[in-house]
Amino acid sequence: MIEIEGLAFKYPNGVLALDDVNLKIGEGEFLALMGENGAGKTTLIKHFNGLLKPTAGVVRVDGLDTRHLSVASLSRKVGLVFQNPDHQFFCETVREEISFGLLNFGYPRHMIEKRVNQVLRMLDLERYSESSPFALSGGEKKRVALASVLAWNPKYLVLDEPTIGQDALQKERLRNFIIQLITQGKCVVVVSHDVEFVAECKPRVVVLSKGRIIADGPAHKILSSEEVVGRGSLIMPQIAELMKLLKKHGFPAEVIDVYTACMEIQKRMSRGP
Amino acid sequence: MGGLAVRVDGLSFTYAGSPFPALREVSLKIERGEFIIITGPSGCGKSTLCRCLNGLIPHFYPGKMEGNVEVFGMNTRFYTPKHLARFVGLVFQNPENQLFSLSVEGDVAFGPENLGFPREETVKRVEEALSLMGLKEVRDRAPYELSGGQQQRAAIASILAMRPEMVVLDEPTSFLDPRSSLDIIEAISFLNRRLGITVVLVEHRLDIASRFADKIYILDEGRIVDEGPPHQVYGRRETLLLGVGVPRISLLFQLLRERGIPVKEIPLTVKEGAEKLEAFLVDRN
Repeated sequence: MIEIEGLAFKYPNGVLALDDVNLKIGEGEFLALMGENGAGKTTLIKHFNGLLKPTAGVVRVDGLDTRHLSVASLSRKVGLVFQNPDHQFFCETVREEISFGLLNFGYPRHMIEKRVNQVLRMLDLERYSESSPFALSGGEKKRVALASVLAWNPKYLVLDEPTIGQDALQKERLRNFIIQLITQGKCVVVVSHDVEFVAECKPRVVVLSKGRIIADGPAHKILSSEEVVGRGSLIMPQIAELMKLLKKHGFPAEVIDVYTACMEIQKRMSRGP
Repeated sequence: MGGLAVRVDGLSFTYAGSPFPALREVSLKIERGEFIIITGPSGCGKSTLCRCLNGLIPHFYPGKMEGNVEVFGMNTRFYTPKHLARFVGLVFQNPENQLFSLSVEGDVAFGPENLGFPREETVKRVEEALSLMGLKEVRDRAPYELSGGQQQRAAIASILAMRPEMVVLDEPTSFLDPRSSLDIIEAISFLNRRLGITVVLVEHRLDIASRFADKIYILDEGRIVDEGPPHQVYGRRETLLLGVGVPRISLLFQLLRERGIPVKEIPLTVKEGAEKLEAFLVDRN
């Protein structure tokens, strides 16, 4: 479990990026962090693996206070995939890039090889294994960055804007992939502006604004709330907006995904006069 | 003003060192004043096509180019990106990569200064660009002090100061929160409608932008595989199978159509969709 109590963080320039944040994230949980640019989302996730240490309050990972742990030791448990993959790469081939973490953690060669092939396959990257990571498209780079963290199988996986540059099929694959990790008892935290992706995944949603948590609850409640959507600089998923417009026909207000909406509409259409 | 903004003829491009071409025999025509969306699965060649529209390819990216690209009648083989910059402005995903001055004003002035305009002309253009993008109040601020949405506005303003005939935007809202994304797309649509600037928008997230587009092109493995007005393209099953992220409202109507509900035209906005459903439901009851 990741436990955050009374967390505040002030950057050296005096900006208070997080203010009294309280949050518990359990094993097997899927959580989306949303909110305006500059709300503190990235600052918050950097506390999960000790890249940043609290100015006040406490962050514990599996009961251990991050102030007393190095990033290297926390990284085994908490894998962070950053928004901009270029900041993460430094190897000459995709294969080396993905192997790097495993080598560093001292796994034997034959295991590394096996594991790397496995994640290359999982993320549809096999044909790029010998390419330079810098030569790939934006969407492909994101997948290499994810693969390089997944390789060492961290218990907590934190993804900053994973859907940028991904097409609909890749997003669908990412969604299935996250669900698979969750069923294995892993915990996945996604930072995302992609309202439609979140509406389809239906995780627990935490909304940050100006360094504070302003809402915390299931996606269908959070994303269909005009008040939260407004305060969080979000926009409502198209389906939620549609359901609101059709309220007088008795459509449920908390439907946010296209397949449920389709069923609801069919039900009403087939009733007949 | 009529005429062609872009004519691409049999364009193929292979990056140096890459085993396969990024673009294969692409041909297309964009009229002046049109709002075009280019989309397709990741790695399909969208960004490469953008780089061909302002001469970055073939002038800065080494590789093998076949075919021709003409922008406002200028063949990009013979005109450099510097020359083309007066006609075509390119806006990238991440505004941080495009802004480097200590003030917004400085960034916006950079283009016209660099093109060698006299001071009065530069001042005039900077004022115009700042006011078009609603940045007058933050002109003295450093770009890194601005919100993501304001940064992207500043990046667009710095392009507008060169008074381009066309802007090419490569996923300009990826890094922005949903509210700011909507603002940016609306600002771009304003430039298109009010100033007649031709817009080429490369996007994965089609939910916001589709309603503003005259035409959408779908690229797959470097080829154009479909083109047409969005409501037609989104109504085709193949579009979904390719991995195009059609707006949820359009997808919903496609699903309803497959389930035997007689949907004539695929809507692009929630409002349109709600009206169609209202009509169906009233018919029933």
